[in-house]
Amino acid sequence: MNDFFSTIDWSRAQFALTAMYHWLFVPLTIGLSLILAIMESIYVKTGDQRWRKATRFWMTIFGINFACGVATGIILEFQFGTNWSNYSWFVGDIFGAPLAIEGLFAFFLEATFVAVMFFGWGRVGKRFHLASTWLTAIGVSLSALWILVANGWMQLPVGMEFNPDQMRNEMTDFWSVVFSPVAINKFFHAVFSGWALAGAFVVGISGWMIWRRRSVEAAMLSMKTGAWFGIIGMVLTMWTGDGSGVAVARYQPMKLAAMEGLYNGSVGEKLTVIGLVNEKADRLSSEPDVNYAISLPKGLSLLANHDLNSFVPGINDLVDGIEITADGDTVSTVSYADRIAMGREAHAALEAYTAAREAGDESAAAAALATLRANYKYFGYGFLDSPEDAIPPVAITFYSFRLMVGLGSLMLLIFAVTLWICYRRKSRDGNVSKYICWGAMLAIPAAWIASQAGWIVAEVGRQPWVIQDILPTRGAISSIPSSNVETTFWIFAVLFTVMLIAEVSIMLRFINKASREGIFNNDK
Amino acid sequence: MTIIKRIYDFYHDGFASMTVGRSLWLIILIKLAIIFLVLKIFFFPDFLSSKSRETGASEASLVKSELLNRSTR
Repeated sequence: MNDFFSTIDWSRAQFALTAMYHWLFVPLTIGLSLILAIMESIYVKTGDQRWRKATRFWMTIFGINFACGVATGIILEFQFGTNWSNYSWFVGDIFGAPLAIEGLFAFFLEATFVAVMFFGWGRVGKRFHLASTWLTAIGVSLSALWILVANGWMQLPVGMEFNPDQMRNEMTDFWSVVFSPVAINKFFHAVFSGWALAGAFVVGISGWMIWRRRSVEAAMLSMKTGAWFGIIGMVLTMWTGDGSGVAVARYQPMKLAAMEGLYNGSVGEKLTVIGLVNEKADRLSSEPDVNYAISLPKGLSLLANHDLNSFVPGINDLVDGIEITADGDTVSTVSYADRIAMGREAHAALEAYTAAREAGDESAAAAALATLRANYKYFGYGFLDSPEDAIPPVAITFYSFRLMVGLGSLMLLIFAVTLWICYRRKSRDGNVSKYICWGAMLAIPAAWIASQAGWIVAEVGRQPWVIQDILPTRGAISSIPSSNVETTFWIFAVLFTVMLIAEVSIMLRFINKASREGIFNNDK
Repeated sequence: MTIIKRIYDFYHDGFASMTVGRSLWLIILIKLAIIFLVLKIFFFPDFLSSKSRETGASEASLVKSELLNRSTR
């Protein structure tokens, strides 16, 4: 049994490692592809060669990032088949459809036009080249759409029906899967955060070039573009983040409670801006949830329900069966103890259904199926020992959320300051303080850490669920020895570290060389 | 035929004129070789298919018995 839990932990660690490595490249690809399209559009419209040269410089960096990120997502799919085989079978049709569309449509769109984008300078018409750049950017975002639709379904499983003969959830409504409120919000939040991250990257690299007095004119032009793009991306990220808050409050209230370290909710609930999670606080203690807290009165009620006086349930309220409806009303709902009972009843009904089918007793099978369907909503709770098993890790969710919001706010400040600097008359010759340049460079790690922290909130905050309420990690995992997963974990850790070092060094060498030679002097 | 030749030339010339790209292609090829020729073959078998072949049970029944065995009933 211990090895079983170890298999779960190693499999989760391995998936997290791979996904986080993959996500180092994806948001930059999303954002930078659009920056390239905008820069090239300005070049085609104005004929100004500076924009062409700036586009080509950033396009090479885009190419390095694209090449480094390519195929890293495939490893995640390997893990589904080996480590998460129950999950993979259980959701195959629903998860497979968006991924297949992603592979067939968006990836080929990208792959076709990326080649024209890189090799087509001077060999195809200006407008055709520009169209290729835009189609690459659109293809990148479409790829993200289908992946995030699949992830959104795991957070809010809709549009499906469970088939007990095949042991699969089968899609009954494609559009409700695609247009699930969680999926749509997640897509826009992830894409806009990619814009902000790419803006931070361009601002940071430009800040470094200005500080080192290299290609200053190109750096100032790029910094201005990156700052505009970043500030727009960050404002939109915050706007969709607000939408995410409302969606989490409605569909995953336990995640919201964990994000706040909130055990006992109230009407007009405060928002903790900063504080230390009290490790002694738990479901049964009367300890304060958060120590040394600085809070905004009624802030959480506003964030969750857009209503200062609304009720926000804490962990205890949810476990005891108090929630809020989609209209914001407080209601008594099914307690977690009752959910566990219903989940177990669903499992018993599944077993009875199988036995009745094998015995050819159709009326008993129909009765068992009706019981299964009536309790299926809480199927996953039947794998839990106690209500406490359904509480996610509070501290890591709490701190990751604050890290994401704090660094996101810092990025907004950096974008605003660099934009002001770019338009200041005395900055026109690159006369920018080294402290401003260092601040701009700070935007790069801030953006990546914030982006990773956002995914930690999204995924750790919904534990123990792989599919919300339907399948926990302990049901989803394959019966394989933990040592197998541990071995591949370390292979990945070493492989990814070596590749990351190689890839980042190629990128830095290129930036160093190109900026030293002069980006606007390069006539390629 | 002319179109195919033009497409071939387009890619050939594009790759030939690459500078940074050559190191990248090397990395991509090494990465793909490790992923598909080592990791996929030796470390990431399709668990359910293998188990199904071994036991003769269908994948659906294997998943069903796995899940029911893990139930806390």
